[in-house]
Amino acid sequence: MHGSKIPIWFFIGVLLLIYGGMTFCYGIYEWQTGSYPPLVQLTQLHAPVWWGGVLGLLGLFYVVKFRPGRAGK
Amino acid sequence: MFGTIPAAIAGSLGTLPALLAFSAEPLAHLRALDIAIIAIYFGMVIWIGVYLKGQSNTSEEFFMAGREMTAWIAGLSFVSANLGSLELMGWAGSAYQYGILATHWYWIGAIPAMVFLGLVMMPFYYVCKTHSVPGYLDLRYGRAASSVAAISFAIEMILMSGVNMFAMAVVMKVVLGWDISFSIIVSSVAVALYVGLGGLRSAIFNEVLQFVLIWGGALLVPILGMIQAGGVTGLKKQIMHNMQTMTGSGVSGDSYFHMWRDLGHFSANPMGVHWTGIVFGLGFVISFGYWTTDFLVVQRVLAAHNLRAARLAPIIASFFKMATPFIVILPGLLGLVLLQNADGSRRQLVGEDVVASCSMTGDGAVADVAGCKVAMAKTSLTPDAQQKVLAGGPDAELHSYNQALPLMMVRYLGPGLLGLGITALIAGFMSGMAGNVSAFSTVWTYDIYKALINKRGSDSHYVLVGRLSIMIGVAVSIGAAYLVMHAHGIMDYVQALFSIFIAPLLAAILFGMFWTRATKLAGFIGLLTGIIFSASLFMWVKLVPSALANVALSPDAKPMAENVFRALWAFIFSAVVIVVTSLLTKARPIAELDGLVYGATKLPKEDPVPWYKSEYTWALLVIVLFAGLNILFW
Repeated sequence: MHGSKIPIWFFIGVLLLIYGGMTFCYGIYEWQTGSYPPLVQLTQLHAPVWWGGVLGLLGLFYVVKFRPGRAGK
Repeated sequence: MFGTIPAAIAGSLGTLPALLAFSAEPLAHLRALDIAIIAIYFGMVIWIGVYLKGQSNTSEEFFMAGREMTAWIAGLSFVSANLGSLELMGWAGSAYQYGILATHWYWIGAIPAMVFLGLVMMPFYYVCKTHSVPGYLDLRYGRAASSVAAISFAIEMILMSGVNMFAMAVVMKVVLGWDISFSIIVSSVAVALYVGLGGLRSAIFNEVLQFVLIWGGALLVPILGMIQAGGVTGLKKQIMHNMQTMTGSGVSGDSYFHMWRDLGHFSANPMGVHWTGIVFGLGFVISFGYWTTDFLVVQRVLAAHNLRAARLAPIIASFFKMATPFIVILPGLLGLVLLQNADGSRRQLVGEDVVASCSMTGDGAVADVAGCKVAMAKTSLTPDAQQKVLAGGPDAELHSYNQALPLMMVRYLGPGLLGLGITALIAGFMSGMAGNVSAFSTVWTYDIYKALINKRGSDSHYVLVGRLSIMIGVAVSIGAAYLVMHAHGIMDYVQALFSIFIAPLLAAILFGMFWTRATKLAGFIGLLTGIIFSASLFMWVKLVPSALANVALSPDAKPMAENVFRALWAFIFSAVVIVVTSLLTKARPIAELDGLVYGATKLPKEDPVPWYKSEYTWALLVIVLFAGLNILFW
């Protein structure tokens, strides 16, 4: 993105990293304690763990690649 | 913003206010983690607005984002401004009702028009350096036609924004139990802040962010749903089985999987439409009208940093538009077989009017038993299911088609993931509303205030007017939201505005851009009389429902068919008026049409690029994919 110091992709990366981290950590807690929400289906697939992991890794990639000091390189 | 075909789902969403009578428990309860996710989202969008304020000081920066956007950013913003949360829920509900036919609104109702905008129309919008679609009409036809378009567009944007705001607040009340005023005030203040501070640049930045969140929050539902349904084969098998016990309308369950096969007659498909309406009404008039002339979306592409980026942006967007049924249509279809009541029986969804008729009192009993019986008699609910509702008690309440997507979210998303899903819905709503107010601000400032009220203001004065118009626009939208809350009937009329304006506008733009002979008077009269004609058709059907058979040319036509055929007739009417008036009046000299009309414009030569970076390569790919998907789901 021209003309701005922080690219939009960096903002997206930060948000995905935070969301991915929160969801992943909660998923691990859920898995370890077995405290699954009663009405939610397919909890045995541990979706918060892998979906949170995917979002977090995607966020990390964007944060590193589009970090402000590196923008425009 | 309702997206491609606002009026098409007006029939279902127009009854949303009836849900205010709904007193059942909310569908979901958020935990602290979910609330934290939503709060972080609001913090992020406002941070972006504050950060970009320093880069939105001139009118070019504030209204056109400095014309600095790359093709990817402009393209994602282009498709995101259209991806409102009501569209997500409305079309998931339509897929539940009509099956895969609802996909037409994403494919033939969008892809050809987006490619046409990129390859054919964008050069004219871009070369003439217009700031808006009414601005193009001003250059081509003069102030009168431009003013008609600008004033009608501004009114439409602000009222639509209010209606959507209210509808979203109702959804939040039903799904989460949130107070109506809380939802309206919090979301609208956030939008006013970030668009008011950072202008179009902030709106575009946030739309790209919202696009990612919508996919990140909604994609998991069809993935988990398909796993549970046993893949495509399992889904088809179960829908076929369920349809045998459900429809009773003479339409086979198999029709839910075919996009074209059963469009030969109105009564052969669940939507009650004919292929001529889909191809000419939807695929041409409504789709081209929305994607190529609605300033809400075109503004995003005008912000591109060069002509090639402006041409590539809609083509990039078309790939994502083509993929959207995966997070919208598929959850609706999955809802047909997977949604269950607490006792394991299949949960059947119904129209909002039926839900409202069967609303329950605080102790779990149906408030109006006789009214509920009458309403349910018109549905496909089994006698057992009807009896269960009338008996009342926990888990007896009905849910509407539009709740298909939230119900699927609640089914699969636990703490954290549910917060992401709800954030996706809120993000969808805010991206649509930001699109409305940023487009309103530009049209108000350039095409109404500057053109008709104060022609000699300084650049900073117009930026101030733009900022103020965003605040005032949001305030008027909030007023419109409360107006709808107290006078439900208005909602249908407001939602019809889009379909009333868009077809005459398309005729004026197409003849203006591709026919040098079209004259100023023809543009103005064609636009004005086309709007009157279209509004008359709408009112005719509204006052005399049986007139639907005349408008859609079949006694078997359903309301969905009315919208596409009304648009088609309005376009033809405007086109005839423009052609006849042009031939009777004096044409402008060709030299005056440079940069405005095909055949009178020398387009700038673009630097050569490798084939894989060419807009033509990507356009070809998207057309091949589009054709392949239609054949696959024929």
